[in-house]
Amino acid sequence: MKPQLIQRYSAPERINHWVVAVCFILLALSGLAFFYPAFFWLTGVFGTPQLARIIHPFVGVLMFVAFARQFFRYWHHNLLTRDDIQWMKSVKTVMQGHEVGDTGKYNGGQKGMFWMMCACMLVLLASGVIAWRPYFAIHLPIPLIRVALLAHACAAIALIASIIVHVYAAFWVKGTIRAMVEGVVTHAWAKKHHPRWYREVTGKQK
Amino acid sequence: MALQSLDITRRSASPTASPQARKTIEIAKLIDVSTCIGCKACQVACSEWNDIREEVGHNIGVYDNPTDLSADAWTVMRFAEEESNGKLEWLIRKDGCMHCADPGCLKACPSPGAIIQYSNGIVDFHQENCIGCGYCVSGCPFNVPRISQKDNKAYKCTLCSDRVAVGQEPACVKTCPTGAIQFGSKEDMKVVAEQRVSDLKTRGYDNAGLYDPQGVGGTHVMYVLHHADKPEQYSGLPKDPQISPTVQLWKGWLKPLATIGIAAAGLFGFFHYITVGPNRADDEDDSQAAANVGRKEKEEDKA
Ligand code: HEM
Ligand code: SF4
Ligand code: SF4
Repeated sequence: MKPQLIQRYSAPERINHWVVAVCFILLALSGLAFFYPAFFWLTGVFGTPQLARIIHPFVGVLMFVAFARQFFRYWHHNLLTRDDIQWMKSVKTVMQGHEVGDTGKYNGGQKGMFWMMCACMLVLLASGVIAWRPYFAIHLPIPLIRVALLAHACAAIALIASIIVHVYAAFWVKGTIRAMVEGVVTHAWAKKHHPRWYREVTGKQK
Repeated sequence: MALQSLDITRRSASPTASPQARKTIEIAKLIDVSTCIGCKACQVACSEWNDIREEVGHNIGVYDNPTDLSADAWTVMRFAEEESNGKLEWLIRKDGCMHCADPGCLKACPSPGAIIQYSNGIVDFHQENCIGCGYCVSGCPFNVPRISQKDNKAYKCTLCSDRVAVGQEPACVKTCPTGAIQFGSKEDMKVVAEQRVSDLKTRGYDNAGLYDPQGVGGTHVMYVLHHADKPEQYSGLPKDPQISPTVQLWKGWLKPLATIGIAAAGLFGFFHYITVGPNRADDEDDSQAAANVGRKEKEEDKA
């Protein structure tokens, strides 16, 4: 690491993140193929439609496990504070490129996103297992499977829309993608977007 | 099954219409429950014609055997003992696919062409396109489709579409020794049913009637029931079957909502970027950082 850069994510954290991300892309594409008849051809990400049906749930479980690891890494950084509420209320200003409040490792938007993802993953796992053939669904009542399929589709759509915002935010705030690819950020980036975290990691007062 | 030379009106997961030019008449199978003696000849005929053999099961103390529909048993006789009009009645119903005009299975299926509806009304599963997801099981209001444990594909009664295509009646109809199962145009079958119903009424079955539930647009397998007011008595035949509201929400409302949600997220990002522009803090060389800061200050002054 170059001396003027600040380490934000370690290599294991980055690997963890990208395992989740790749699983998500495969799941979202194959899932949307089941959801939208016109996009059924997207089952091709797993070779054939039948294979997509078979593999999707296994990748889902892998994603859940990898996401759970992330949950235990980051949950304590994501507890909401008064500052975060302030941030959320001022989201319009933030979207103009101005910072609001003395943000720590994560801002209010990132924390909201974190809990949104957690909620979606829980619903996706529970409902996905209920609908999983041939292993689980055969033992469960049909009305329950119906509700599970509806919930699975709703949670998947919510997660996909959230991830679009998540990816866009990373792309919009320049220097952020580098944090998850190379693991480092610049002083300017940290000072601007996460001033309290910047002081914590550098020990600087200003 | 995919042995067919019938016109297709609807395919699962196919957003555009199938060819509609040729019109065929709608057919129907009429099962007169009051004439059925429960001999199961139709079960055997179905197994013979379709070359499917359910594993030999166990006697569970009643006549039901096999006890349920399966990938290898597309029709089963269900025997119910009910007390009505002060006497015990043995109500025997031949269960199987109803060939709904508005089939929930087809609505739910995500795989193009795995479920098709012919213009004569038969709803058929084309297993070569089936992915084994079981959505059809959730879609069906009659609990009919079964996923095979052997090949993970969905199976059910075909109404002998292969026989009907060449002008023959289904195997069960051909075999029934009492004439309790009849086959013909839906129109004709309604006339036959009407005669039978009025006959039953003269014999004291005031609530006799035809079971052709409109909640699923009518069916191409219909029953003459002596107690049409209480179809549940016949081993749980639903009184007012319709595609479950959960499935309607999932396959109906959710799609446009999802499209709006996903598109909104994408469009928001795109227009935000081309209007507000990137959010830079940096960075690499100080002069640029200074320039950025300067630019921002100017902007803020303006605001
Ligand atoms: C957490 C573990 C997961 C499990 C066990 C799981 C399981 C399933 C199952 C069993 C199905 C039915 C099709 C099939 O049998 O393959 C399905 C469909 C689907 N999955 Fe998942 N899945 C999981 C995660 C995800 C994730 C993370 C997404 C994407 C964001 C996703 C999106 C979808 C979608 C959109 C469908 C189609 C729903 C529909 O047809 O309405 N799933 N999933
Ligand atoms: S009874 Fe069930 S399987 Fe048969 S056509 Fe109707 S919805 Fe489909
Ligand atoms: S199991 Fe087969 S027929 Fe049933 S909904 Fe899935 S793809 Fe369609």
